[in-house]
Amino acid sequence: MRLIVPLQGIVQGRDGGLVLGSVLPCALFFIMQFYLWRNRSVSSAPPPPPPPPADETEVFSPVLHRVHSRSSISSPRGGAAPVSSRANSISKQSNNTPYQIGLKRVSSDPYDLSTNPEGVLQLGLDENRLSLDLVQDWLAENAMHLIAGISRVATYQPFDGLKELKVAVAGYMSQVMEGSIDFHPSQIVITAGVSSAIDILSFCLADIGNAFLVPSPYSPEDMKWRNGVEIIAVPCRSADGFGLSITALENAFNQAKKRGLKVRGIIISNPRNPVGNLLSHETLYSVLDFANEKNIHIISIESSSSYSCSTHHVTMAEIANIEDRVHVVYNLSNDLSLPGFHIGVIYSSNANVLSAAKKLTRFSPVSAPIQLFLISILSDKEFVKTFIETNRNRVGKMHLMLIEGLEKLGIECRKSINGGLYCWVNMSGFIRSYSEKGEMDLWEKLLNVGKMNVTPGMACHCIEHGWFGFCFANLTEHDVSIVMNRIRKVVQSN
Amino acid sequence: MDILELDQVEPVVELSRIAVSSSHGEDSPYFAGWKAYDENPYDQFLNPSGVIQMGLAENQVSFDLVEDYLEKNSDTALFGNKASGFRENALFQDYHGLLSFRKAMATFMQQIRGGRVEFDPARIVLTAGATAANELLTFILANPGDALLVPTPYYPGFDRDLRWRTGINIVPIKTDSSNNFTITPEALQSAYDSAAASNFTVRGVLITNPSNPLGVAIEKTVLNEILDFVTKKNIHLISDEIYSGSVFSSSEFISVAEILKERNYKEKERVHIVYSLSKDLGLPGFRVGTIYSYNDKVVTTARRMSSFTLISSQTQHLLACMLSDKEFTENYIKTNRDRLRKRYDMIIDGLRKAGIECLEGNAGLFCWMNLGPYLNEPTKECELEIWKSIVSEVKLNISPGSSCHCSEPGWFRVCFANMTENTLEVALKRICDFMAKRVKKHNNHY
Repeated sequence: MRLIVPLQGIVQGRDGGLVLGSVLPCALFFIMQFYLWRNRSVSSAPPPPPPPPADETEVFSPVLHRVHSRSSISSPRGGAAPVSSRANSISKQSNNTPYQIGLKRVSSDPYDLSTNPEGVLQLGLDENRLSLDLVQDWLAENAMHLIAGISRVATYQPFDGLKELKVAVAGYMSQVMEGSIDFHPSQIVITAGVSSAIDILSFCLADIGNAFLVPSPYSPEDMKWRNGVEIIAVPCRSADGFGLSITALENAFNQAKKRGLKVRGIIISNPRNPVGNLLSHETLYSVLDFANEKNIHIISIESSSSYSCSTHHVTMAEIANIEDRVHVVYNLSNDLSLPGFHIGVIYSSNANVLSAAKKLTRFSPVSAPIQLFLISILSDKEFVKTFIETNRNRVGKMHLMLIEGLEKLGIECRKSINGGLYCWVNMSGFIRSYSEKGEMDLWEKLLNVGKMNVTPGMACHCIEHGWFGFCFANLTEHDVSIVMNRIRKVVQSN
Repeated sequence: MDILELDQVEPVVELSRIAVSSSHGEDSPYFAGWKAYDENPYDQFLNPSGVIQMGLAENQVSFDLVEDYLEKNSDTALFGNKASGFRENALFQDYHGLLSFRKAMATFMQQIRGGRVEFDPARIVLTAGATAANELLTFILANPGDALLVPTPYYPGFDRDLRWRTGINIVPIKTDSSNNFTITPEALQSAYDSAAASNFTVRGVLITNPSNPLGVAIEKTVLNEILDFVTKKNIHLISDEIYSGSVFSSSEFISVAEILKERNYKEKERVHIVYSLSKDLGLPGFRVGTIYSYNDKVVTTARRMSSFTLISSQTQHLLACMLSDKEFTENYIKTNRDRLRKRYDMIIDGLRKAGIECLEGNAGLFCWMNLGPYLNEPTKECELEIWKSIVSEVKLNISPGSSCHCSEPGWFRVCFANMTENTLEVALKRICDFMAKRVKKHNNHY
């Protein structure tokens, strides 16, 4: 699917010259088109390509070049049986996105304090390792009980999750919310990860050729895509603290309409990955009003860091209980520091969505032994209580350490008071040219010289250059000082 | 036709076409019978007059071997407590999957085929079940509106798995009892022409080998003919070999992989194999499936799309340990085959005593039973009538051939591996009694 950045966002500049930024490029564009049309040579110019068919699927790639699929199927080599348009787009996807390059570098030379202290540090994956030891300890004491139960669940089980697991997850989420919300097990659907959950919801809520609005910057990992629905990035600006602007949503919606695209919903993460803001009361209700007015859905990607704020605040989950159009995707793997386990939760009160989603989980269920393990660990209320508290403290502490360290280096961190596993860092002062290239040059330097993999803003569709996401939840306290030294090395040499 | 469940209402906020369509197929008799079972399930002691589930192709005959293994190896295999082992698995989220697991799967698949072919772990793509594997392959090989040719009778789930989200059409390759439901070149061509007449672009042929619901391994000559056909038409061949380990005798199963090797076939990129541990290892709850493709582009694409259907690394680790244990796997494969054959003989014998003949089978967890002679008329309606009596009076859930798109009425799939021998005896006795009553009624009538 295509990635569209509304025109007003393209020419942003440091001073945010919006009016000129939107009118001028448009005008120039049309003038150029008219000129070319007037001057086309009938004999030599090839005919313009036909408009893309309705089911053309373009697949999102974190690098901002569009990958077009063709309506006619291409044969890879003289005569071999062709594959689908969808497959062609996906296979054309670059293998060299920052995300992939970073992953490869880390896996070929992973940092380890004792065995490979010069290795590459991983700060580019949205994953929480801080409390894995707590889970390991729990397992050491409780594993034996789990083995006995396995035979019971080796046979076919409901694809959308065992009943006991839904009860355990409902209980867990209530604990995370400190008992302020009632989660109903019947409104829970379990699936193989956040990507699967969003994929399922997108198939339920939109048809091929429709669109979702996604405020950017957003985490590329959250938005893996394959179903022919467009993602329209709605840029948020540093001047607004990267907060959600209803005006921007409104503009994006209208522009989509003009292009004949039907917007079916908004997808947000809360806290906003990688920026870190939690939705305020006010913003949450504004977004809800907007969705009500346009009669569209809201998908909110959440985890326990959504609820890490000391002051009580409304969450999408609470709203989901009463609003048909709100659906929560809960990142359970991240909560438990178990990214390899791939567990995602869909929570909704919309009976129709639940019914369709449940049927769709047959294509992405969680294996039964893992469900058993989850039932056991999540039902251990004492453990969960300690775990949530400890995890929160560790995340908060690590976050603070990273911010303080960066400030000492003169690097501004977006002060997110609340949640998330990222520091959203402004390094525009250190890029040679204020451009995508400048940002990517710095990113490469951080990776190859600094030996740390971070997430460049452009992979998150940030319209301002020079912002980077540093995920700190992969680090130990000792690692933080190493990170600082390495950053210092890079920026000083710049 | 829109289907609304009891607790559903007209949506205030619109949903997608997929969400409201009925292509999930859960309204067919195949699933309706399950409802009868769910409401009144048989239990030897607690509910001896309940419905016996013979509509679920699940393999429990050899599960004791798996249980045994788990008990003996819980430390290393299951949630391996060795600190680094667990930690590594907990953090591992690469969609390539654990290499150790892919190697173990390749080896296991080789063992099942008697070592006659080799599988390259780099061509194995992991999915959360064969259901996901089949859907994923369909997404990759066909566009919405295209067609896959599938021999009938076929697994009712295909209507949903291959068509629902993908938007493709299934065009049947018709077979019938005149030649024991063998796929013929004429039937292949006829299906192809039928698709063309409907303006569908045919993208491939999907076979299940051994066949579900027939319970028969496809013969070598037929496999060669199918390969010739797809070559001529320049289309793909998907071979769902999910029951390959359930053939009663190893020499009777020929995998398409063997054909490719024997012919030194040059256009392997059109061939893809689907496998899973659900049937052979009796672990459907684990949700482990694979796509094995000889096509590099398909492997890359499938791998990327497998992000939506990942297997937990812990499950991969557990199974890697189990499948790498040669002693366990060799013993399991052999024992499983023997027990299934024994079960098969038992049911064929029991049905014969009741006056019912079955298609001669050599694989799978079910038999293909012929009640054609007992239908008042050779119609689908009569088939469903007799089926309803069997579910409600005899209290057996079996699968009517019409839900498998069988072109001849009167055939039924009867599963025998998801129960104890004792339960099977009870089921056979019930059938015997039912048939005796029916024959008596018939005789009295005349």
